[in-house]
Amino acid sequence: MPNFITLLFQPTSNQQTRLAQGQVVPEANRCVQCGICSYNCPAGIDVREHAAEGTPVRDSRCLTCGECVMRCPRGVLHFEQIALARMKECGE
Amino acid sequence: MTRRYVIVGSGAAGVTAAQTLLRADPAGQVCLVSGERYGYYSRPGLAYLLSKEIDEGQLFPLRLDKLRNKGLECVTGYAVRLEPGNHLLHLQDGRALPYDRLLLSPGATAVMPDLPGIHLEGVVKLDTLEDTQHIIKLARRGTEAVVVGGGITALELVEGFTARGMKVHYLLRGDRYWSNVLDPIESAMVAERLKEEGVQIHTEVKVSEILGKQHVEGVRTQTGEIIRCRMAAFAVGIRPRLELAKSSGVNVKRGILTDEHLQTSAPDVFAAGDAAEITDPLSSETILESLWNPARQQGQLAAGNMAGGSQAYQRTSAVNVTRLAGLVTTIIGQVGQPKSSPDRDVKGIMRGESETWRQVSEAMVAKNYTQACRVRLFVGEHTLRGALVIGEQTLSRPLQHLIENEVDITTIRMALLDPQADLMQIIRDYDHEYLSTMPHHLGYAQ
Repeated sequence: MPNFITLLFQPTSNQQTRLAQGQVVPEANRCVQCGICSYNCPAGIDVREHAAEGTPVRDSRCLTCGECVMRCPRGVLHFEQIALARMKECGE
Repeated sequence: MTRRYVIVGSGAAGVTAAQTLLRADPAGQVCLVSGERYGYYSRPGLAYLLSKEIDEGQLFPLRLDKLRNKGLECVTGYAVRLEPGNHLLHLQDGRALPYDRLLLSPGATAVMPDLPGIHLEGVVKLDTLEDTQHIIKLARRGTEAVVVGGGITALELVEGFTARGMKVHYLLRGDRYWSNVLDPIESAMVAERLKEEGVQIHTEVKVSEILGKQHVEGVRTQTGEIIRCRMAAFAVGIRPRLELAKSSGVNVKRGILTDEHLQTSAPDVFAAGDAAEITDPLSSETILESLWNPARQQGQLAAGNMAGGSQAYQRTSAVNVTRLAGLVTTIIGQVGQPKSSPDRDVKGIMRGESETWRQVSEAMVAKNYTQACRVRLFVGEHTLRGALVIGEQTLSRPLQHLIENEVDITTIRMALLDPQADLMQIIRDYDHEYLSTMPHHLGYAQ
């Protein structure tokens, strides 16, 4: 049986790992604009628009909860460390 | 002089072309002709509407009103005839639209089999938003559905019905699922997952008749077996919409034939998307494909050329990432099965598919199979020619990157072909090493 304590703290530890891993980054050429990402975002961010433009989700509301990353059926989104130079390139 | 552009079709290719033209030629007039009641929506998203993962409003990434505000003229109607000599497009309601440059992006439509009972209420397909709404209206928890066909769409129907609490019979003509792209183990993985979800798979079965008076009550197979059901869904392939091009003397084969600039045989007429038959520079064959991203790329390139550019279409290896019975699957490049018989469940191509996947390359095959994932690589002399990753997707991006960029893999070729090879480790290390040698590497998502 899985350890109850481990299960209880799993979301937090996962989130910390993700936070350490950086922002949600889309790969525009995999996206079919189905909108599952935006539909599941608890913060109401239109992740799909980021996916269409290929820009990292640098919205201050982003919790890096990973819902969009996990729900995307096309593997469009992943967590990535964004270099400052890249953010500037993306106009953010 | 103001140039007038007319685009036929409001799918991914047509709308991308419209967006591109509005930017590329701000002084031009851009007119989008479409018979689609709902305009532009995510067709791949229909599967997720059916499986209840999104609601209908989510399907619209861009309302055409937004483009109207930027100057796009939207015309609702069906284009029936083209006069390339006079640069005129005739609509069904009698209107004639003049143009300087025209884009044909009418898309493709699902093929339905010619069977007794095909017009009964309850015979459905998953091709348009209207089709999906119709299925949702008819679906009833606890009732039975039959799905006939192959490829991605058939499984989307199976999963959609299952998500709506229906008991599903999946009928295959062949002895396994998608036999010209998947190998026997991969087909078995998909079948296993479907069985776990309660789907009953019937192999080597052909439907001879759909039974019922007004509404579907069942299907009869060629052996005389009757399977009772409330709905019978078909996904046996799609066909490019060619009527307009054919009746106007534009050269067509299986699709609208285009040159490297996506121009058709008619002057000032271009084609893009599912209806266009393009030349694959990798094999020099003309191919059809029904993929979202290539459609967008073609729409963009054709529009640039319509506005005066002269760019050749550089297609990269066809990629699709999709879910097969819940298993995320990436298919890249040439993954054809050398000794397989053709997939008898599909006529022509399916949505979400590229004909290039079926091409059999000279490459050697390397496979790795773990509980979480299966990787199959087509290892050429100096480059990877194709790959299929089913299940855990760590390798999906590195492989896409190595195949699309035709990265030289000579130094790891022998290691990959070792039957004991840990493909995941070798590919990850090699891709990482390769990327680190690239100047200004900032990640895959560039």
